[in-house]
Amino acid sequence: MKQSPLQSLDYSVLQQCMHCGMCLPTCPTYAETGREKNSPRGRISLMRAIADGELETTPNFAEEMSYCLGCLACTTACPAGVDYTNLLEHARAHVEQSGVVKTPRRDFVRWLTMKQLFMKPRLLRFAGRLLWLYQVTGLQSLARALRLTKLLPTSIRVAEPSTPTIQRRFSDSLIAKVETPSSAKTAKSASASASPSAQPFRRVLLLTGCVQDIAFSDINRATADVLLANNCEVHTPRAQSCCGSLHAHNGELDLAATLARRQLDAVDLSQFDAVISNAAGCGSHLKHYDRLLATDPAYAQRAAEWSRKLRDISEYLVEINFRHPQPPARTSTAVPNHPLNLLRSSIDGREKSPAPTVTPVTYHEACHLCHGQKISAQPRAILRAIPGIELRESAEPTWCCGSAGIYSITQPKTAGWLRDRKLNNLRATAAPIVAVANPGCSLHLQAGEAHSANPLQFIHPVVLLASAYAAETHP
Amino acid sequence: MLAELQQLLGPENVLTSREDLIPYAFDGTAALKQLPRAVVFPRDAAQISAILKLARAHRTPVITRGSGTGLSGGSVPVENALVLCVLKMDRILELDPRNLTLLAEPGVITQKIFETADAVGLFYPPDPGSMKISTIGGNVAENSGGLRGLKYGVTRDYVMGLEVVLADGSVCWLGNKCVKDVAGYNLRDLFIGSEGTLGIITKVLLKLLPKPAARQTLLATFSQMDAAAETVSAIIAAKIIPCTLEFLDRTTIACVEAYAKVGLPNDAEALLLIETDGHPAAAADEATRIEDLARSQGALQVRRARDAAESAQLALARRSAFSALARRKPTTILEDVTVPRSELAKMIRSVQHIAAKHTLDIAVFGHFGDGNLHPTILTDERNTAEMERVHHAIAEIVDAALALGGTITGEHGVGLAKKPFLKQQLGESSHALLKAIKHTLDPDALLNPGKIFD
Ligand SMILES: Cc1cc2nc3c(=O)[nH]c(=O)nc-3n(C[C@H](O)[C@H](O)[C@H](O)COP(=O)(O)OP(=O)(O)OC[C@H]3O[C@@H](n4cnc5c(N)ncnc54)[C@H](O)[C@@H]3O)c2cc1C
Ligand code: SF4
Ligand code: SF4
Repeated sequence: MKQSPLQSLDYSVLQQCMHCGMCLPTCPTYAETGREKNSPRGRISLMRAIADGELETTPNFAEEMSYCLGCLACTTACPAGVDYTNLLEHARAHVEQSGVVKTPRRDFVRWLTMKQLFMKPRLLRFAGRLLWLYQVTGLQSLARALRLTKLLPTSIRVAEPSTPTIQRRFSDSLIAKVETPSSAKTAKSASASASPSAQPFRRVLLLTGCVQDIAFSDINRATADVLLANNCEVHTPRAQSCCGSLHAHNGELDLAATLARRQLDAVDLSQFDAVISNAAGCGSHLKHYDRLLATDPAYAQRAAEWSRKLRDISEYLVEINFRHPQPPARTSTAVPNHPLNLLRSSIDGREKSPAPTVTPVTYHEACHLCHGQKISAQPRAILRAIPGIELRESAEPTWCCGSAGIYSITQPKTAGWLRDRKLNNLRATAAPIVAVANPGCSLHLQAGEAHSANPLQFIHPVVLLASAYAAETHP
Repeated sequence: MLAELQQLLGPENVLTSREDLIPYAFDGTAALKQLPRAVVFPRDAAQISAILKLARAHRTPVITRGSGTGLSGGSVPVENALVLCVLKMDRILELDPRNLTLLAEPGVITQKIFETADAVGLFYPPDPGSMKISTIGGNVAENSGGLRGLKYGVTRDYVMGLEVVLADGSVCWLGNKCVKDVAGYNLRDLFIGSEGTLGIITKVLLKLLPKPAARQTLLATFSQMDAAAETVSAIIAAKIIPCTLEFLDRTTIACVEAYAKVGLPNDAEALLLIETDGHPAAAADEATRIEDLARSQGALQVRRARDAAESAQLALARRSAFSALARRKPTTILEDVTVPRSELAKMIRSVQHIAAKHTLDIAVFGHFGDGNLHPTILTDERNTAEMERVHHAIAEIVDAALALGGTITGEHGVGLAKKPFLKQQLGESSHALLKAIKHTLDPDALLNPGKIFD
């Protein structure tokens, strides 16, 4: 019989945990129950027991692996450098292979999402179109009003309020295949920036993501804009595939590898200075292509190059010493689409009134950015560089909001508890805007604000930066 | 018995499934594990008393556990044992600023004690490297030391009173809020450091101090181990008692830097982390004198933390030393010997000699100011030949420490790990006295049997 994923894993990765417990205070599930089983070192000990043949792959074990958020807070806390990301992926793959949690409905949902929708970009976009129609035609509100959603299976019903609002136009129609910093723009910024010539020309590949592509195409547009403003030529291949993070995080390592190979086949990496991702969860996975394909002789080398070049957008901007936007020439109220302005006008209701000088913004750290990629200072540096924004820190900025991929569907209770905890911390800052760099977190948190009189706005830091650049040059 | 326990505590407070038990088979000690029979979470002394009566009736050993960060195997179960975990007894019961005391349940995390005191301008000095997760009950049971031991002493120095449940189920209060009290035997001290073998601690009354007004943190690096050791002697000889005087060797520096990224120099052979505290002028003056002393002993570099944030960062880096060493090899076996401070340089040379002799990778870090060293053997428990050499090396490290007038454990306790060496240190009659006390208090060997001695 083929060795199971946990048994084939390099044993020293399991051994690395010396059960010192330093990770315990950072683990949300341990905080919820106080039981070792629900802690990082507890879970690792269970994985090791399976690898050692001391424990069968039981439904309890499967439930435990599903109860883990995969928030990776433990990896940040762990001084021993335990590769928990790797362990969890293998443990979940192990659970899938063992079949202990198989049910027809679960099989169907997994087949539909992971094997169909997220393997076939065209199908996903088609589904996105349908969902968009459903939303814009008002069918969604109607269905909600009539409580038709009650007819859906529980798992989907729970998730329904946080389905993304589908954008009218997907990334491909918003971003050209190749965009070059225009001479016009360069001239403008030349007058505005201190030393534009210090920004050498760069060529980058922009990944538009799958969910992001249809639900947050504006973030992709903004990402392209800020890259252009920093003298990068942006290449955005058409109809990109899913990066495979959904699969890897949910125990489908083979499919994840297939998708990774597809990505690598689609591009000529040597052309690019960097590959840019703007969604925390995807980026965290994309950086690990080297590990995922390490044993594939045909791809290992390219995968290593890919991982070396992959950058989160905020990481890249700081690395290339991004140009700080200048305060707008006149009052920024002149910029119609500036998110800060939208907000201001809704606050004071008077379109022409002088804008308040600063808007407080707080920052929620997406787990896969701060723990997965150790990117924490960079988004803050971006926010601080934006004129008119005052960055306010919240309590527990690095605690998981409970979104965690499909967690809000599989573990609604814990997801809800964490969401409340997060929203309370965010509200306590009294900032009306929350900068978040991951679509999953935004959706999940937004759904929690559905009944709030004064809902918080969740905006990607790059969107704020792009509007600040736009405000600069606006007449 | 399990049914009775469930009745007593509620089913959610009695764990019995294999998946639940496996993670309670070990504590922070490498290479020791034993599955318990069940894990229970009591809420108060009365429930503990009832559990002990049940356990006695069923001849089931009881292992008390806090957070399981112990490094001598103290909370590793024995066969068929009940693990009694106090984590749900986690309330701070009273903060008394007029008497400078704090009363806590045993499951309170040490860091929370520190923060609670800090919030009202008071100070709880003991700070084991594990303070973010260890419990105050575990600290008392192990008489834990920490990074401020040099000036402020260890946990024992801050325990004014205890509530303990004895093996027969009786509940006793030992000590009180009086600064002076000589009524009867000092039984409170008997339970401090008793490692869960004499009774179960259910309340702890702690002494607090006023918060020092200022703190200065220094980092000094050396190209030679001896120069670092000499600097320590020079500081003490100059009648300066810093609150922290920590030492890291080259291997430890590299591992800590890989984790904490605080800018530790990778070219140094030894590093001292020094902290002074007190009146701002005094702390600053001491820091300057220490800087001069370190330079005159040939320090490569002396750096002073700019602000509180940087000194907190450096202390955090030091706290992670032990766990960070696990980056090097799969198994990390930590020793805990202490020698009189005058013998530090000799002890370090012995460890280096032993490492070379057995071709082992041994890193050393520790609380230099206390003479407390943690030689840490980096190995792989699956390599039987090497493990054989590891055991020889441990015995030789212990011999060397005892020969210099030292002790086999400075803060982690005897537990299972140091049991084989205890008699060597104490001698026959003292060892027998310990056993006699245990037998008197726990004739059925119910509480943590097989720990400290057989
Ligand atoms: C990274 C790391 C750093 C460390 N640094 C230090 C350090 O600087 N200084 C130091 O001294 N130690 C240190 N330790 C060791 C350890 O953290 C301490 O011994 C700590 O006090 C253990 O607390 P715990 O709550 O985890 O107790 P546990 O490990 O659960 O138990 C320890 C012992 O105490 C007994 N016990 C626990 N609670 C009770 C109770 N309520 N009543 C009676 N008996 C009880 C147990 O039976 C066991 O024998 C470190 C450990 C780690 C992993
Ligand atoms: S901090 Fe790391 S080594 Fe320590 S228990 Fe957690 S995962 Fe294991
Ligand atoms: S990933 Fe998050 S929930 Fe899972 S063990 Fe680590 S800290 Fe806990």
